[in-house]
Amino acid sequence: MSPAAKAFTRKVESGRADFWKAGRPRLARLDIELTERCNNDCVHCSINLPDGDDEAKRRESTTAEIKNILAEAASLGCLSVRFTGGEPLLREDFEETYMAARKLGLRVRIFTNATLVTPRLAAVLKKVPPLEKMEVSVYGMTSETSEKVTGNPGAYEASRRGIGLLSGHGIPFVLKGVVVPDTKGEMDRFEAWAREISGAAGRPAYAVLFDLRSRRDNEAKNDRIRELRMGPREYVELESRLRKSHAGELRGFVARFAGTSGDRLFACLADTGSVDAYGRFQVCLLLRHPETVFDLKKSSLRSAVEEFLPKVREMRASDPAYLERCGRCFLKALCLLCPARSWTEHGTLDTPVEYLCGITHAQAVSIGVIREGEKSWAVADWRARVERLTASPKDRETARIEGREEC
Amino acid sequence: MESPISLDSAYGPSEDVVVREIEGELIIVPLVSGIGDLEDELFTLNETGRAIWQRLDGLRPLRAVVNELAAEFDAPAGRIEEDVVGLLEELARRKMIVRKG
Repeated sequence: MSPAAKAFTRKVESGRADFWKAGRPRLARLDIELTERCNNDCVHCSINLPDGDDEAKRRESTTAEIKNILAEAASLGCLSVRFTGGEPLLREDFEETYMAARKLGLRVRIFTNATLVTPRLAAVLKKVPPLEKMEVSVYGMTSETSEKVTGNPGAYEASRRGIGLLSGHGIPFVLKGVVVPDTKGEMDRFEAWAREISGAAGRPAYAVLFDLRSRRDNEAKNDRIRELRMGPREYVELESRLRKSHAGELRGFVARFAGTSGDRLFACLADTGSVDAYGRFQVCLLLRHPETVFDLKKSSLRSAVEEFLPKVREMRASDPAYLERCGRCFLKALCLLCPARSWTEHGTLDTPVEYLCGITHAQAVSIGVIREGEKSWAVADWRARVERLTASPKDRETARIEGREEC
Repeated sequence: MESPISLDSAYGPSEDVVVREIEGELIIVPLVSGIGDLEDELFTLNETGRAIWQRLDGLRPLRAVVNELAAEFDAPAGRIEEDVVGLLEELARRKMIVRKG
């Protein structure tokens, strides 16, 4: 025994790679989509089905199936699950499922619009805390705005009631706003309101770059989502407004992660996974491509994690346009293009997405690592440019005067 | 101040925590509030703590646990007793154990 041991317990920082002495768990985090149904019908949403969609409800995993998945996840070393949707609180068994997760020793992250939070649920969450901040989406600062975004009369009042219950019970949560034309003018008011709410942690987050429908099920909704998207310049301006340190962070990020990825498709972590509302394992909830989906009703979560997932992560790009552009782009880590977004936009795993490419280029122009009109995949001296990002302001000024600053 | 831990009592894990073994680490996950903060508070034990924890079966008095550890680790009983009481005080403060008898 260690004679000098004084502090016998220590807090677990499970996200740190050096915490695990023997090796990381096979599955660190699991996202579970409890339902695709939602009581809101948000204009920008990539997944929602009507709350009264009985066919979708009938196909959803049963309580017992979800509990089995949770137990398997715990047996694989999973420490944290995320319950999302649709609106997860629409599930009549939400409390039972939540308690099952917590009794297995899982932390639970709940994504919700808060409209269905009841006094009973708030009391449960107070007594048995989720151990992760809840994430609460807010769709406007007035009843009128909220209804325009959610298509749900009464959503504003219900949301405020739910947030009040969480706050009143001391349950920590993060508020998330959405930047669409109807809410853009309300951002200052939203942030001022969020600051006043007890329990709301930090500055609100925002959904800004909207994904198309992950089921590729509704072209009319996709058209509407495309209309709501802001342009690249506007996006850069918004990010700078939201975070004063944005440009510095962007420079630091590019300096650290610049590099080409060739035909490698998956850059995401190897120890996470998702399960859709019908018991199918996916790499992430956005990626529903048939080749990347594994039916848990026919096999186990362990098989999905240990056999299926490694094969998916080894998939390679073959689309010539992808290989010519994305494969050679030194800003690939900055770009939001991934197999999931190729899937939602094109129904493939490896097709460039012009919208995301435009956003990435605008960001790169804003920090001077490429010139206006220049294509990142055609930049031969990208290493030198990235090196200059980390040079001191004096060095950058000298380079500019001597004409060595290329962009 | 007198220790609330008695060597003549038996202690066991509280039902208010879930104890998990993951990749060789013993992780104590609070189930109810008041153990850690409301978020992100999981705990693990150091080697000493782990050796003691595994013997907290709610049946044996703590003195028997001390004697067993002293024999196994070939260490002075006084030193072991200090460690055992120290850990149990810490666990009791965090409501992770309960007196069983």
